[in-house]
Parts: sequence; structure tokens; C-alpha cells
Amino acid sequence: MKTLILAEHNGEALNASVYQAVTAAQFWNAPVEILVTGNNTDSIAQQAALIAGVARVIHVKAEYLAHPLAEDVAQIIVDIANEYAVILAAHSSYSRNILPRAAALLDIAMISDVLEIQPNNTYVRAIYAGNIHTSIQSTDRIQLITIHSSNYSAADIITNHAEVAVFQAPAPQQKSRWISETRTLSDRPALSTAKVVISGGRSLGSAETFEQVLSPLAARLNAALGATRAAVDAGYAPNDIQVGQTGVTVAPDLYIAVGVSGATQHTYGMKDSKVVVAINQDPDAPIFQIADYGLVADLFEAIPELTAAIQKN
Amino acid sequence: MKILVAIKRVVDYNIKVRIKPDGSNVDIDGVKMSINPFDENAIEEAVRLKEKGIASEIVVVSLGGAANQDVLRHALAMGADRAILVESDQDLQPLAVSKLLKSLVDREQPALTILGKQAIDDDAGQTGQMLAALLDYPQATFTSTISINGNEVVAIREVDGGTETIGFNLPAVITADLRLNEPRFVKLPNLMMARKKSIETINATDLGVDTKPRLQLLKVSEPPARKSGIKVGSVQELLAKLRAHEGIQL
Ligand SMILES: Cc1cc2nc3c(=O)[nH]c(=O)nc-3n(C[C@H](O)[C@H](O)[C@H](O)COP(=O)(O)OP(=O)(O)OC[C@H]3O[C@@H](n4cnc5c(N)ncnc54)[C@H](O)[C@@H]3O)c2cc1C
Ligand SMILES: Nc1ncnc2c1ncn2[C@@H]1O[C@H](COP(=O)(O)O)[C@@H](O)[C@H]1O
Repeated sequence: MKTLILAEHNGEALNASVYQAVTAAQFWNAPVEILVTGNNTDSIAQQAALIAGVARVIHVKAEYLAHPLAEDVAQIIVDIANEYAVILAAHSSYSRNILPRAAALLDIAMISDVLEIQPNNTYVRAIYAGNIHTSIQSTDRIQLITIHSSNYSAADIITNHAEVAVFQAPAPQQKSRWISETRTLSDRPALSTAKVVISGGRSLGSAETFEQVLSPLAARLNAALGATRAAVDAGYAPNDIQVGQTGVTVAPDLYIAVGVSGATQHTYGMKDSKVVVAINQDPDAPIFQIADYGLVADLFEAIPELTAAIQKN
Repeated sequence: MKILVAIKRVVDYNIKVRIKPDGSNVDIDGVKMSINPFDENAIEEAVRLKEKGIASEIVVVSLGGAANQDVLRHALAMGADRAILVESDQDLQPLAVSKLLKSLVDREQPALTILGKQAIDDDAGQTGQMLAALLDYPQATFTSTISINGNEVVAIREVDGGTETIGFNLPAVITADLRLNEPRFVKLPNLMMARKKSIETINATDLGVDTKPRLQLLKVSEPPARKSGIKVGSVQELLAKLRAHEGIQL
């Protein structure tokens, strides 16, 4: 039996998480196939075919797939699912929208955000905002899972292509229609893959100060910006950079939490970072319990000082 | 238009759950329980749609033990019209929950069913999508804005990298994100009134749905702790420490 990976892309490039999913898929020692759906996506299918460890790429292309809707992609998965023992994807908003729908159509219990894959269809995953880990075993005929991408390294790129098989797209479901999208434009590296992430909290005070205080440091460190839910709710930062239980999970080499209290809902999304620095004026802030280096200071003094000190170097 | 809202009773988000001494499961005996936060957003949205004259009736449903009555009463106090408890002492996993909810939708025929985007205990984030699949309805997950015009819904969804706007016709399933709205505080008189309302109870086994857990819990454990760090006294000291740390170039 084979393993199927649902690929996510932005029309130009495969998402980095696809490479991580390929690494995770090697656990089963079965041929790995990647499902690419879209319109004008030949080059995306080619990128997928160049990932080490991929046996075949299934390319389903149609005009209506230019903006993939859950109803359509779930049906495509269901149509081919019986050839696979495992169907997996990154735990991104894209897959979280589609895979549970496919799972129910297949009458399969899905397993979300897997931290570790173990023998005998056993998985470790987090519950209660990461406060507890559980080991669960699936009794279903297909293993349908999303993985916690940051726990897996990216598979290599090779030069000899895997086969790309073009499958006929099924008729569109026409249950919902795509109207528009907004993409947060930024010159900074992508949050989920950046080597350095600087996150700001409610204490930044406004959208203007959020940018003013954090962006010079981000520019100097080639860092992505993140935010707490409190900062996002207050309108200081866009929703897609919220780090945490209900936002994005990151695991950079360096995470700098600026005026962040360290609620478990936030730390769920960043506690796998290699080095955590926290700057907070409250010495008892919970963030210090998970920080490698804690500085008790007013961020409005400490951040400019830090930026200037690094710039001098 | 009728709206059905599914609400889960979960450990309050402020509580740090602990493991039972024998390691078999989490210990939630005597722990403060609340409505799953996203489900509060779902109720709030339904109540606002009723206040705008778009919805005519709001039915809330919760699946689980008899204790779930408290979250149903909270929903009634927020403005729901009717409450249904589907009683079960089983570990109800998302697939089973979605099947039970489907039989309620079949019975109640709501135009719109609203769920939370995820339950903060299991963090699965699956039930709404599964329910939409079983009903063969359109789905709008992680929504932060809903506008309804006749039979047409336009929903803004929070997705990685930004937002997406989609349109679809009722009946449909929507899952609520936290930014959908700010749930109202429940006033004491409303809570008193909600206490007097009756809650319809259905036994899950009477719904003829296979709710057997497909996922076996083998064990629970504490996540590996981060090794404790140090406090530094100044920006200079912080920089020196970071520079000494392998792999960090500043
Ligand atoms: C269901 C649910 C899901 C959630 N999901 C998430 C999530 O995904 N991500 C998330 O982040 N949160 C999430 N939250 C919210 C979370 O519980 C916290 O409320 C939030 O993380 C707090 O954000 P904050 O640290 O910016 O604000 P606060 O908790 O208000 O902390 C502000 C901090 O700034 C410090 N400070 C103030 N002024 C200064 C200064 N001048 N210099 C230095 N320090 C200063 C204070 O000492 C304080 O520690 C969720 C909550 C719920 C209920
Ligand atoms: N036992 C339950 N009773 C009522 N609603 C539930 C139950 N479990 C899950 N739900 C609904 O499904 C949503 C998502 O849950 P989950 O898929 O478990 O993350 C919740 O926010 C609720 O709206």
C-alpha cells in the first residue's frame, strides 16, 4: 500500500511543509505519492516530482481548481483514497479545511497535528493547548493525519524526476464559490519557516508602534514578525501572524518574545523554538519560565537599545 | 430561519490540567468547566442574527453527560431559544459527534449550523467539516465575518497568510473563529430565567449512530519541559550570551 500527501501551494511554489511531509511519510516505508491540484500548475507538479523519496505525483488540473475549495479537493481525495494506507498533510489551515471533510466521507477517524509517528498506527499528539501529550492508536483502515510540520526536517531536492500522472478532474461540486482573498504582503521571510521570529504582544500599544518598534530589529535579523492573540484582536497585527494554539506554530532557531505574557495558548505555538528570549517588564511573567534568556526591562527602551547594539556590529 | 449551534463542555481555558496519578488520563475531577470558547462565538453570532431579524429560532445542542446542562443553560441565557442534550457516557470523538449532530440536523432541519472551529480540550478541529461532509452541505471554516442575504451567505475565513472570502447557499455549516464577534456577558436575571427553561434530553443510543471510539487512548504524559533558562541583567549581557550561543549570529 502507498502513502498519499496532499500538497499545498500558492500557485507559484510548493509550500515548504510539503517537503517536511515527505520526510514524515518515509516512516511507513511505502511508495510516497503527492497530490497536486490546481490550474496552470504544471511547474508545481514538476517541483513535487523533484523531491527525494517521492515515487509519483498525481496532478489534477482544472480551471475551477485555481482556488481550491474544501468540497472539491475532499472529493478528489476520496476518489483515489482506496489505493492508500496513509493520507497525510501539514496541519495548516488549508489541510485542516479539507482533510476532515474527506475523512468523514471515507468514514475514517482523522488524527490532527501529530507530533510523533510510532509503529502500529500509534501517534503522539498534544491536547489542552500543548499541556498534555497523548499516545493514541488508530483502528481504521486508512491512516488520515496532519503532522506538526516543525517536528520534521525538509526532504532534499533531487535531479531525476518522479513520474507525473495527470488525472482527470471530477465535475466541480459547485457547493461554494471563491470570491476573493487578501494576502498579507511582506518583504520579511515567511513566519512558519523563518530562522528568527520576533513576536509582539498587547503591550506594543498600537499598530504603528508595533511596526516602529519591532521592524528595525526584524530587518536587522532577517526575522519574521509574530504576534499574540491580544495584539491581533486589538488590531496591532494581522490575524495570520498570530502564534499559538489557534494560530501558527513556529520553531525557529531564535524566538524573541517582546512584551508577551506567555499564556499557554501562546507558548503552544513557539515552545519548540531552539532559543527563546523574553523581554518583559514583569519579572513574574510566565514567559520567563520557558525562556532561555530573560530580560526584565521596558521593551520601549530595550528593543531600540538591542537594535542599535546589533547594528553597530 | 432556524440556526443550530453545537456547544461542547470543556475544561476552562484558564485551568492547567493535570494527569491522573496512574497516568491513564487527564484528571478533570472537580475542575472548572466552561463552554468551549469558540462555541460561545457561535452562539453569539446566532443571537446577533436573531436580533437582526435574520434568524427566527436558535437551538443549541451539547453531547455528553448530564453535567452538560450548565453550558446549555448558559447558551439559553445568552439568547438561545431551545436546548437539547444528547446524553452519552462514551468518549465521543469528532467522527461520532458529527454523526450524532447529523441526525439532529436531519430532525431539526436548520438552515444554518454553527460550530466552533476547534475544541480546546482535544484541539482536533474536525467536527464542523465532518458534519458538512455527512450532510453534503457547503462548509465555511474559521470564519471571522458572516453576512447573510436571503439564501446567500458570504463568509470571510481566516487562513494562513491572510483571509479568503467565499459564497454559498443555505443550508450550510459554519465554524467560528474567535474574531467572529465578542460574546456578550450573561446577566444574572437571564441566567435565572434560563434555569427555569426545560432542556430536552435524548439518549445518544436512540439516534442509531455508531459512536464507538475509533482511536484508542494508550497513555497521557507531560510534554518534555524546556530546560530552565537564566535572567540577564542588561541588553549587553543578553547579546553576549546570545553571541556565545552556538549558531546564533548577531
Ligand atoms: C480559546 C483561546 C485561544 C487562544 N489562542 C491564542 C493563540 O493562538 N495565541 C495567543 O497568543 N493567544 C491566544 N489566546 C489568548 C491568550 O490566552 C492570552 O490572552 C494572550 O496570549 C495574551 O497576549 P499578550 O501576552 O500580548 O497580553 P497580556 O497577557 O496582556 O500580556 C502583556 C505583557 O506585556 C508586559 N508588558 C506591558 N508593558 C510592557 C513594557 N513596556 N515592556 C515590557 N513588557 C511589558 C506585561 O508585563 C505582560 O506580561 C487564546 C485564548 C483563548 C481563550
Ligand atoms: N460533545 C460535543 N457536543 C457538542 N458540540 C461538540 C462536541 N464536540 C465537538 N463539538 C463541536 O465541534 C467543534 C469542534 O470540535 P473538535 O472537532 O473536537 O475540535 C466544537 O467547537 C463544537 O462546536
